[in-house]
Amino acid sequence: MTLSEGTQHALAGAESLAAASGAWSSMWLLLALPFGGAAVLLLGGRRADRWGHYLGTTTVLASFLLGLGYFLQLRGERAPGVQLHLFTWIPVNGFTVDAGLLFDRLSACFVLLITGVGGLIHVYAMGYMAHDPGRRRFFGYFNLFVGAMLLLVLGNNYLSLYVGWEGVGLASYLLIAFWYHKPSAATAAKKAFVVNRVGDVGLSLAIMLMFVSLGTTSFDGVFAGAAALSPGLLLAISLLLLLGAAGKSGQFPLQTWLPDAMEGPTPVSALIHAATMVTAGVYLIARSSPLYDLSPGGRTAVTVVGAITLLYGAISGTASDDIKRVLAFSTVSQIGYMFLAVGLGPAAYAFGILHLLAHGFFKAGLFLGAGSVMHGMRDEVDMRKFGGLARHMPVTFATFGLGYLALIGFPGLSGFFSKDKIIEAAFDKGGTSGLLLGASALLGAGLTAFYMTRLMFMTFFGDRRWEEGVHPHESPRVMTVPMVLLAVGSLGAGGFLAMGDRLVGWLEPVVGFAEPAAPTVDAGVLTLATVLVMLTGVGVAWVFFGRRAVPEVAPVRVSVVTRAARASLYADAFNEAVFMRPGQWLVRLLVWLDNRGVDGVVNGLAAAFGGGSGRLRRLQTGFVRSYALSMLGGAVLIVGAFLMVRFA
Amino acid sequence: MSDSLPFLLVLLLVPLVGSVVVWLLPRTAEQLAKLVALATSLLTVVVMAATATAFDPNGARFQLTWSRPWIASFGVDFALGVDGIALVLIALVAVLVPSVILASWHEETPAGRSPKTFFALLLLLEVFMVGVFAVTDVFVFYVFFEAMLVPMYFLIGAFGGPRRQYAAMKFFLYSLLGGLLMLAAVIGLYVVSASQLGHGTFAFSQLVGMPIDADTEKLLFLGFFVAFAIKAPLVPFHTWLPDAGAEAPAGGAALLVGVLDKVGTFGFLRYCLPLFPNASRYFAPAVIVLAVVGVLYAALLAMGQRDMKRLVAYTSVAHFGFIGLGIFAFTTQSMSGSVFYMINHGLATGALFLVAGMLISRGRSREISDYGGVAKTQPLLGGAFLLAGLASLALPGMSTFISEFLVLVGTFSRHRVYGVVATVGIILAALYILLMYQRMFHGPAQERAAGWLDMSAREAWAVAPLLALIVVLGVYPKPVLDVIRPAVNATMNDVHQRDPAPTVAVQTGATK
Repeated sequence: MTLSEGTQHALAGAESLAAASGAWSSMWLLLALPFGGAAVLLLGGRRADRWGHYLGTTTVLASFLLGLGYFLQLRGERAPGVQLHLFTWIPVNGFTVDAGLLFDRLSACFVLLITGVGGLIHVYAMGYMAHDPGRRRFFGYFNLFVGAMLLLVLGNNYLSLYVGWEGVGLASYLLIAFWYHKPSAATAAKKAFVVNRVGDVGLSLAIMLMFVSLGTTSFDGVFAGAAALSPGLLLAISLLLLLGAAGKSGQFPLQTWLPDAMEGPTPVSALIHAATMVTAGVYLIARSSPLYDLSPGGRTAVTVVGAITLLYGAISGTASDDIKRVLAFSTVSQIGYMFLAVGLGPAAYAFGILHLLAHGFFKAGLFLGAGSVMHGMRDEVDMRKFGGLARHMPVTFATFGLGYLALIGFPGLSGFFSKDKIIEAAFDKGGTSGLLLGASALLGAGLTAFYMTRLMFMTFFGDRRWEEGVHPHESPRVMTVPMVLLAVGSLGAGGFLAMGDRLVGWLEPVVGFAEPAAPTVDAGVLTLATVLVMLTGVGVAWVFFGRRAVPEVAPVRVSVVTRAARASLYADAFNEAVFMRPGQWLVRLLVWLDNRGVDGVVNGLAAAFGGGSGRLRRLQTGFVRSYALSMLGGAVLIVGAFLMVRFA
Repeated sequence: MSDSLPFLLVLLLVPLVGSVVVWLLPRTAEQLAKLVALATSLLTVVVMAATATAFDPNGARFQLTWSRPWIASFGVDFALGVDGIALVLIALVAVLVPSVILASWHEETPAGRSPKTFFALLLLLEVFMVGVFAVTDVFVFYVFFEAMLVPMYFLIGAFGGPRRQYAAMKFFLYSLLGGLLMLAAVIGLYVVSASQLGHGTFAFSQLVGMPIDADTEKLLFLGFFVAFAIKAPLVPFHTWLPDAGAEAPAGGAALLVGVLDKVGTFGFLRYCLPLFPNASRYFAPAVIVLAVVGVLYAALLAMGQRDMKRLVAYTSVAHFGFIGLGIFAFTTQSMSGSVFYMINHGLATGALFLVAGMLISRGRSREISDYGGVAKTQPLLGGAFLLAGLASLALPGMSTFISEFLVLVGTFSRHRVYGVVATVGIILAALYILLMYQRMFHGPAQERAAGWLDMSAREAWAVAPLLALIVVLGVYPKPVLDVIRPAVNATMNDVHQRDPAPTVAVQTGATK
């Protein structure tokens, strides 16, 4: 199948959606449940303190069951998706936006991921947040997030998507700053929001371009008209959407907020900053596949961003000692893989989503495991103060271990199937670009194995380096059960979805699929190479962190490379020097100008008319009232005189 | 000549009577004065609701008309009537005043000032604010435009902060300058009408479409424009607002920035565009540049403020930039967006000023650096401030987003570059709001704040309706947009403009 046939498929999919009837017309309940939960929890006040977390978890689990029902029903539909018109949202002449939902094969995947993994993490959080005084607020924000995320993937037009997009950003802001008494948490939350706003500019402008050129913002309207757009316009829209996606998904050059976002409670990192919200950018690009299919330049940009980020995240992940930051950099890097995949077009859209779903399971599991470790270690995150925990936290170790194997792509586990496919598709792109992208992805696999093995050794093996008074212990059942379930997902989800091209076939009507014309590298050889690279990474990590003792203090005399990796390749330093400081100077200059310049001229004029600065000073200190009153009198006099003249 | 009950007249009389009653009460009957003021403002809301139901969005341009000759020899009629734009703005006034009264219940008055005077002035201000939107005679509009100054001048000058007199003076001088220019233009318009129509008139309906000599039209346009550009301050006419907004009592600031300043942007729409269409088109590029500069310049300045009320005032200057941009971009999207923006900005900034006032009444300081960790000690105040702040930064899901996006998309469809530049403003908005919120509400809690009360029920009732409206109109703005749209279409007609068509013609639907 050629690329253009894939496009045809995508367009055909977009055009043959069924209108909602019967049970489908209650689709809005999917969103209403978590939103309702959030409203009750946040407005209910203290009286909801005792049972708030039960309500919050129930709404999400109910949404999951409902989503499962709709998923099963969708399998029986002939159309690849069902649209539900809710009401006319913004009616202004040519610009008419309807509030509507679209449950199709792509959004179904996300609905199940969000509510399924989300539900498990809610259960886990009941244990993790049990002793936090802000528990009700936490579950309120958590429900708000799930509702907004569902709106993001279920909206049937770009503007509804934007509302969900910003809603999850708000929830992310609130949850990163959940412990806002810590200045670092407050700053991280603000940074996340502001960086995302930079991406929002891209998304906004993309939507505006769609409206200006096609007169609509609905998915089916835009996709139906996509073929008529000029290449330049398509490229512009693709790049602007990519900017938005990069902001939300922590991709280069807007990646710096994501590692800082780990200031939030760990369930937040698992749900929002690993499994769901940060993958919204991948969703946006896959959803917009009819546009990207027509824009080779746009696709290239997506692959480049993906490749750069996957390496950036992996390199930065090798040098951090904070367990959550390592996982965060890993997330940045893995989403880079997903971007790379969806940037390859119809050949790999489904693989990007496959990796996204598999990643949702194992990365959520890894974060919950990290949370479990912190729970047992008095909230310590420095891996140099861990060590030898495998024996003290057997369940955590086992589930984390499975997540680890899945992430590094150990044969047979989830990540193996999804990552392997992406590497293969990158090489199959052909030419120099295919070679470069494939090599990056392959190198990234080795780095991933390295930093994750390092993490495993520093945390679970070797000598105890605990602080005094720390007594590591296994977490309660309410936390370990979700971890076990996610570990099962890490084990089998990738294989289940990849076998027999199950997911590829399921998604084909929405995003299309195109077999590469002629594979450049034999698939078997490539798989073998990937496994070898992965094993090399594991081996190198073992040499440095398994065989030798881990120092309790990070070594100071290190190579330039290590130093750069520790500073996450100076991305923050760059932003600070280029945007923040000059921005602060500019603000200071303008404040001075506005007070001295603009206002000064006006005051000066007033002084001149008033007879010198002495008068002005008096104006400011007490005479002003009489002066103003006389002016007022003057005005009344003028109006009065005018009236008199007219009457006369 | 009235085609229904004189709703608008009642809307003027109710607060007027209330104001007089409050004024006449003895100084000692402070509580009674407050209750009368509150009851009056609530009654106004009821009358407003009735007025809204009597208005037919698809009916004539001006409805609920009522007119009596005032100065017959010069054709001045006390003529009332509203189009959709004026109607929603009057509704904004009606909604805001009870909130302001409730929030100002325990407003501390400087020595020698009586609280009942404060509430009488508020109601008098409401009369003028309703009047300025409800009249259809240019001269009577001018009278109301100037009259509004008087109660606001006293609210700032007598009941404001430490530098209230300087601020009141500045407010007054600026407004007076604008008012005089407008007066000259009003007289000029009358003279032109006398020669063009054979009889001098101030009636809006007769002045619309009147041919005016090109140079005269430009001069008259400028007379109105400068007055309005000072009122809804566009950079560089803005420097009075931060002082007035900061020194005015919180309730006064909410009305000043929330409503009074909207008279300026309303004036652009109602008077500048329809009366001087050619001049409007001639000056539009310059106005758009001023507006876009304002969006960015004022946002940057807001970031540099240390006084929270000054900060909010500067954010409003940026917002007025958006509104002005939408009006002079001449598309129905941007213009409808601007009108809706006026409503939403009134609600959001009104709420922001009121909550700031509640905080200041506890912390006795307007300095942002004097606060910290308030979200911990006063969670309700924190939540309300955050919601109002998010509305101010136009978070999607809130009504402010819809208006801002409409302005931007409409502007973009005609002026790509300005649309893009103004869109960058959304980053700055996030910065100034979240920086302020972080400094005051995040971080370690202060000891001195531990004893402060959180929001009282009275304070919650003052702000909750505004925040609820912002959320409800964000989800379902249709009722308001449906009222605004015909009036905007009429204005577009007056200024001889049409929306640009989509640049790519596509047959929609499942045609293959």
